[in-house]
Amino acid sequence: MAKPKLKEHHINRDWCKGCGICVEFCPKKVLELDKQDKVVAVHFTNCICCKLCELRCPDLAIEIETEL
Amino acid sequence: MAIKDYIRERFFPHIWCPGCGHGMVLNALLRAFEDLAISKNEIVMVSGIGCSARISGYVDVHTLHTIHGRALAFATGVKMSRPELNLIVPMGDGDALAIGGNHFIHAARRNIDITAIVMNNRIYGMTGGQYSPLSGYGTLATTAPFINIDHAFDVVELAKAAGATFVARTTTYHVKQMSELFKEAILREGFSVIEVLTQCPTYFGRKNKAGSAVDMVKSFKDNTTPVGSKAKLESPGLIERGIFVQKDLPEYTREYDKVIERAMKKR
Amino acid sequence: MNGTLKFVQGNEACVEGALYAGLKFFAGYPITPSTEIAESLAYRLPQIGGKFIQMEDEIGSMCAIIGASLTGSKVMTATSGPGFSLMQEALGYAIMAEIPCVIANVQRGGPSTGLATRGAQGDVMQSRWGTHGDHAIVVMTASNNQDVFNITIEAFNVAETYRTPVILLFDEVMGHTRERLIVPEKDEIPLVERLRTSVKGGVDYHPYLPREDGRLPMSDFGGVHRYNVTGLYHDMWGFPSENPAVVDGLIHHLTDKIRNNVHTITQYKEYFIEDARTILISYGSTARSALHHVLNRRKRGEYIGLLELQTLWPFHGDLIREKCKNAELVVVTEMNLGQLYRQVKIAVDHPERVFLANRVDGVFITPTDIKNMLRLIQGRGV
Repeated sequence: MAKPKLKEHHINRDWCKGCGICVEFCPKKVLELDKQDKVVAVHFTNCICCKLCELRCPDLAIEIETEL
Repeated sequence: MAIKDYIRERFFPHIWCPGCGHGMVLNALLRAFEDLAISKNEIVMVSGIGCSARISGYVDVHTLHTIHGRALAFATGVKMSRPELNLIVPMGDGDALAIGGNHFIHAARRNIDITAIVMNNRIYGMTGGQYSPLSGYGTLATTAPFINIDHAFDVVELAKAAGATFVARTTTYHVKQMSELFKEAILREGFSVIEVLTQCPTYFGRKNKAGSAVDMVKSFKDNTTPVGSKAKLESPGLIERGIFVQKDLPEYTREYDKVIERAMKKR
Repeated sequence: MNGTLKFVQGNEACVEGALYAGLKFFAGYPITPSTEIAESLAYRLPQIGGKFIQMEDEIGSMCAIIGASLTGSKVMTATSGPGFSLMQEALGYAIMAEIPCVIANVQRGGPSTGLATRGAQGDVMQSRWGTHGDHAIVVMTASNNQDVFNITIEAFNVAETYRTPVILLFDEVMGHTRERLIVPEKDEIPLVERLRTSVKGGVDYHPYLPREDGRLPMSDFGGVHRYNVTGLYHDMWGFPSENPAVVDGLIHHLTDKIRNNVHTITQYKEYFIEDARTILISYGSTARSALHHVLNRRKRGEYIGLLELQTLWPFHGDLIREKCKNAELVVVTEMNLGQLYRQVKIAVDHPERVFLANRVDGVFITPTDIKNMLRLIQGRGV
């Protein structure tokens, strides 16, 4: 199976409560919280589409769209 | 279906605090539904009272938000009447094991096909941080301002002794395992108990200086080990996670079908 | 009347009525003096493909019948004083969430464990106000096996019509009295089946939006409509709401649907009321003795009558006032310290003419007791 390729990080800013769980446990340190404590995919080129952020988000605020 | 198809989007963002583990349980549960591709019309989610109980309102299945501690009794009635439905009962630690302890052990004893999820955050969150039967000796809570002298239940041991035929434990750090366990429990016929160690950063975390939600999730990673691992022998303080009981015994509603068969012969 | 002749206890007459009405699910916990209802249904229900479960307590029993009712089954539980106390919270849930169900409370002496094997009628007020908060409730009773049978069917019909719990307030004496019962042929007594929605799947459906007549056409759990059921104040979709207009609307809907139909819900029997100067008001087993006394005295030319209430709640005050308007003496006969007596006093035009003839010592009120108490009330001495 080919590695999935990132299309987009869909982040629902209305739902994100800025707990930082996704930021902390991202293996490639792709995510950061902005000044409003909302998550942003700053280093999205590093994303390996493991989707751990999506799976761990307590607010269902992250969705990783891949091209595969 | 995507997981969004299983939720009632209009109620989001949900009421839980930032970093609350209950949202992670919801997340993993929705993925289990999605993977199993169960029809939403065939799922009945029954919950009691407390932060945990609010989970049912967010899921687009048949939802029954009941009274404190009694969710399993309501679920028993639903299941007996319509055995073909999938019953999911998410409960908090106080809901399941304090006020609802009796229903918990008896549902397990009957081996009725219900998936019971104990969202164990070791505190009563909705009422503002009182100790629960899972807080444990030495913890602090608003009702244990000096020290908690109550010992905690071991949910796994309790469920085992009561007769549950599938017993597992995981944490909010181990989200993939959580989803897998939910799937396994839903597919199995019989009473399944999954204890999920989940963080309450707002009350348990603050009272017990456990740090942020992130710190608490990290602690689940650091303080647990797969069941039967060597690490447990070296550090007995580690909490085991994984499947503890997995056995096939006759399920209650199927057994009742036999009662009906016998009764009809005596007409 | 065509049917099957039986010689049974009151508790069994209740079972016959429940099965006739279409009972499909029973959950209960053993308690004297109601246990025969559970025992009998444990035998009878599986024979018709119904379900019986003995739960871990009365709380669980009440909760289980609510769960089963949501799937569309006609449901029931049976208990007595202590168990009835335990059921109160879930009973309130059934009122709030509008779940049809029937609860038989075969009364024994209270408070607490009280008199387990003796008759009493001390739960009249508990059946009205046992669960917390403002609410309406339907409470019915009867004084002989045929009536126990009929009123049990009526309880199911009312529960299904108004989507409400209905309490059958029997007592030990009635529950254990063995006498004849004729179970009529099928279809002889009309049954009310649950009103279900005609809204198709996929269309926005409002489970808690009452029709103009106050009835709710609901969808069964497991059907095409997925909605929320809660004990919190809720909107027309069943989702929690603290909106004052929603809260106000719901509490009035819940109480009005019963109160506005008090005329239709109320069942009673009257004997010689028309020209009676003395009217006895009674219910349940006590009404048997009252009737016996009335028949005796009528033979001697006394102008005495009996109003036997079968629906205790909602209390039909207008009916009582009307029936008692010409009476010189109204005597309420009951096995408690005056729980219905006070209601009657409030209802009538001349409260000073209302008296209580009771016993609370666990001993059944006999016709002789009534005769003696009446003589005392009338100042004639025993």
